[in-house]
Amino acid sequence: MLRVQNLTKVFNHNTVNERVALDNVSLTLDAGDFVTVIGGNGAGKSTLLNCVAGLYPPDAGSIFIDDANVTRLPEYKRAAYLGRVFQDPMMGTAADMNIEENLALAYRRGRPRGLRWGITAPERVLYRQMLETLDLGLETRMQSKVGLLSGGQRQALTLLMATLHKPRLLLLDEHTAALDPKTAKKVLELSDRFIQDGNLTTMMVTHNMRDAIRHGNRLIMMSGGSIAVDVSGEEKARLTVEDLLKMFEQARGTEEEIPDRMILG
Amino acid sequence: MEQILLGALSLGLLWSVMTIGVYITFRILSIADMTVEGTITLGAAVTARVISLGASPWLGLALSILAGMLAGLITGLLHTKLGIPALLSGILTMIALFSINLRVMTKANISLLRMDTVYTPLMSLGLNKTWAVIALGAMCAALVIGLLYWFFGTEVGSAIRATGANPNMVRAQGIHTDTTLILGLMISNALVGISGSLIAQSQNYADLQMGTGSIVIGLASMIIGEVLFGKRNFFLRFLSMVLGAITYRIIIALVLKMGMPSDDLKLFTAITVVFALSLPKIKGLINGRLRPRKGGM
Repeated sequence: MLRVQNLTKVFNHNTVNERVALDNVSLTLDAGDFVTVIGGNGAGKSTLLNCVAGLYPPDAGSIFIDDANVTRLPEYKRAAYLGRVFQDPMMGTAADMNIEENLALAYRRGRPRGLRWGITAPERVLYRQMLETLDLGLETRMQSKVGLLSGGQRQALTLLMATLHKPRLLLLDEHTAALDPKTAKKVLELSDRFIQDGNLTTMMVTHNMRDAIRHGNRLIMMSGGSIAVDVSGEEKARLTVEDLLKMFEQARGTEEEIPDRMILG
Repeated sequence: MEQILLGALSLGLLWSVMTIGVYITFRILSIADMTVEGTITLGAAVTARVISLGASPWLGLALSILAGMLAGLITGLLHTKLGIPALLSGILTMIALFSINLRVMTKANISLLRMDTVYTPLMSLGLNKTWAVIALGAMCAALVIGLLYWFFGTEVGSAIRATGANPNMVRAQGIHTDTTLILGLMISNALVGISGSLIAQSQNYADLQMGTGSIVIGLASMIIGEVLFGKRNFFLRFLSMVLGAITYRIIIALVLKMGMPSDDLKLFTAITVVFALSLPKIKGLINGRLRPRKGGM
């Protein structure tokens, strides 16, 4: 479903600030895989996700989605394959537009846009049904500006927008990091449900070890621009925070500190 | 007095189309587009040249629209494809248009006295010039509002609106933000071109300098429209731009009547815009000073 081959990304090439964000990373996700990606600041997890999303081109390596080589495809073209939810709740929606207009924009992802009406009556019925499944009461506020919603509501809406049409790959970029713990839990549960119901191939970046262990069928820990730990299946199901810490130390040696927020979060 | 108000109404209607153009860039795309200063003259220049060559004033109007779109296209390409900041892109096009406009007109001004304009058919029905301008200006504004209301409800129109609100989200939904920005700038400048054409024909001349300060007039009209007439739904927002442009002209006519020298007009307009744009800040300051803070000291 997703194949990343020998991906390398260097920021500030040939300057004192040169930083290798991704160092020859290879990763293959099968259809239906739900992989959680964890790592400290600068480990490369966000860079990996952003390279897959097409925010910037890699310096070397290639990315395939469904056997299509998307390495050089610009972000807006690659969007046809992807559903994305961002860390910043403001990022995924247009605050000035109302809920149904935002959904209608997402509904047309990957389809040509013309001078047809921007939102149709049958769509409204569909959106109402889908909003009901969020159980946030948004179905009665379809004409409200998204800017009036809370961060959690906006993330839930963005999640709905990302999965309105089944994406080949769902990218969740620390999408609960900006929310309070209770709301974060709710949004995560919602994500789980969407992913299970739609059997979505998913990549979720998180800085929280517990979330990374609790969700998904595979876990990747990144460090210094490469994959340090990769567990899946039974082994992943039995994983504890202590196991993970041990594996991380074995893979990296002890010279590298594990950030507190990964353990405490 | 009646003459003054009618004059203000006619001028306001002619400038209202341009005000809607400014609204599209400033509010919908969140770009301060300086191209406007050159485009309004461009619209006037193209129409004046076409008419002075003996061709139909309607052809002049049509070519002014195309010329405006072209100006918007240039600014859009400078900004999106060459990565020049939006404000500077507009300024560059504006400066370039100064030379272009001179080439179009071949001289610093063209008189249209005693030549057929788009107002001639209405005047031959018995309307005087002021009423002819009001009638045509109102029809034009109504047509523009209708078309834009429809357009910004379509898929492409929604994409343009979203681009100004959140370009990141728009790209994630598979929309090329370069394209939507360029389209928005083209539409905006086409509207400004229309205004330029209609203004030149109503005042019977085109002048190389007539665009100077027009962006500030557009902004002043826009803000007056927003403050006085609200901004509820899209249709009303466009309508409030027209009402704002008219109100601006009435205010100007009144202060001139009260004895302000016309030389101070641009200063007056600039101060109005400064005041209006800083209104939220001023309100905040006043509230902060006068009202006791919660859990206060």
